[in-house]
Amino acid sequence: MDANVVSETATTVIHGHGLRKQYRQHEAVRGVDLSVRRGECFGLLGPNGAGKTTLLRMLLGLTEPTAGELTVLGCPIPAQARRARERIGVVPQLDNLDPDFTVRENLATYASYFGLKASDIAPRIDELLAFARLQDKASAPIPALSGGMKRRLSLARALINEPELVVLDEPTTGLDPQARQHIWLRLLQLLDQGRTLILTTHYMEEAERLCDRLAIIDAGQMVACDSPRALVAQHIERHVFELRGRDVGIWRERGAELASRHEEVGDTLLLYSNDADRLHQALNDHGTQRYWHRPGNLEDVFLKLTGRDLRD
Amino acid sequence: MWPSILGNFGEPLLYLLAFGYGFGRLVGDIGELPYMVFLASGIVCSNALTTASFESMYSAFTRMTQQQTWGSMLDAPLTVDDIVIGEICWSATKALMSGSAILVVAMLLGLVGGWQAVLALPMILLLGLCFGACAMVVTALSPSYDFFLYYFTLVMTPMVLLSGVFFPLDQLPSLVAQAAYLLPLAHGVEIVRPLMTGGWPSTVLPHMLVIIAYGGAGFWLSLYLLRRRLAS
Repeated sequence: MDANVVSETATTVIHGHGLRKQYRQHEAVRGVDLSVRRGECFGLLGPNGAGKTTLLRMLLGLTEPTAGELTVLGCPIPAQARRARERIGVVPQLDNLDPDFTVRENLATYASYFGLKASDIAPRIDELLAFARLQDKASAPIPALSGGMKRRLSLARALINEPELVVLDEPTTGLDPQARQHIWLRLLQLLDQGRTLILTTHYMEEAERLCDRLAIIDAGQMVACDSPRALVAQHIERHVFELRGRDVGIWRERGAELASRHEEVGDTLLLYSNDADRLHQALNDHGTQRYWHRPGNLEDVFLKLTGRDLRD
Repeated sequence: MWPSILGNFGEPLLYLLAFGYGFGRLVGDIGELPYMVFLASGIVCSNALTTASFESMYSAFTRMTQQQTWGSMLDAPLTVDDIVIGEICWSATKALMSGSAILVVAMLLGLVGGWQAVLALPMILLLGLCFGACAMVVTALSPSYDFFLYYFTLVMTPMVLLSGVFFPLDQLPSLVAQAAYLLPLAHGVEIVRPLMTGGWPSTVLPHMLVIIAYGGAGFWLSLYLLRRRLAS
């Protein structure tokens, strides 16, 4: 290995260039460049069918790209995917724990897929059970676990091989707020340990809270990639006013003058501006108009870049 | 666990006892063998077919689709090839387990002719590998559980009926009897029956080669199909 490669892999965990995936009918990934740095949490955001899961499968060497180059943890993919997967942990979109085994047996069985012996791994399993707060459930069968517990176990299972990179496909979808908070805390803990995370999500606050950088993917292409804060600053004005009610019609023209940008969504009028005072004053002068003033956020960016049409 | 033991061990045993006692009275001896003795060696072979096929179809399909167990394995450093090899070996292991149990019962009932019956065990394992691999091809192609009924009805049942399990092949028109030797089960019976009745098979290698050929082809084809199915 020459020095160049070493220095690159020291800071870059995933390096993809010109990635494409052509299926018979459609192209799921259409030329994506991807670079994930060691120790960061990288998010993939996109509507359903945008190509997020295909990209994740590519990283793991499970889907062969039609074109492009891909290196994960210094291993060319898919050529050395097996070697790479020895150092990766995966939390799948849908829990695929083995229902015939107990919680502890699930961890032990999964360890065996990495060639780890049950006797050597026992202390590690205890650690992971504590990490997932499932110590009391060690001998419980999987069907007896709640959705949140299953998710926590899936996360614990993904850590059995002490992975440098953890891949999470919608880690908190369908969880209640308590369970989601728990998963978030655990993910932050993994980042503190120096692990790299790459996750897909539909939840903007999840992306905003966890991700150092994120890529917005739409129709197989990366339409933006930066830190959440930079994305908001770059694409959305500082203030957003949402107007609803019968008088909205009046504000269509006035708003266009006062705000730098406006948009109608159903019976709601959205006014975007960097200067909140002028709008506040005008709206308050009018008196009867109900409105909601909030800062521009990641969801605004997402909808601006990927559009408001429903995706099926 | 218990349902699968009942299915893999109880059912063939019921066939052996019901057919053996009920039918045996009517049929009398087949050649020099009492019908029950004739039947026991046949059931040991057909049981390898049903047990291994069932495991490679319903159980493997469940792990591939419903439970996504294969998905979790592929996220670990395992490949499709590892999984297919593991599944086929497990199917064969189950065939060996239930085959051994039937062999023990047959022995206790006095249906076994000599110590060489023990040599039927490696043959059961080989048959299990062969049929497990063939059924894996069906699993690779299957869109749903219903699809397996085609294989049951169009392949497995005719094969059991035409391979000398329940009656000797020379009862059939010679063309049909010859056709039966195109399938692997008849070759298994040719080896196992003499071993279980105290004799020795006159030929071994050609029979084994047919079984190995079917197993090898099934293994190769199922690998090819599953690599394609799971890589999309």
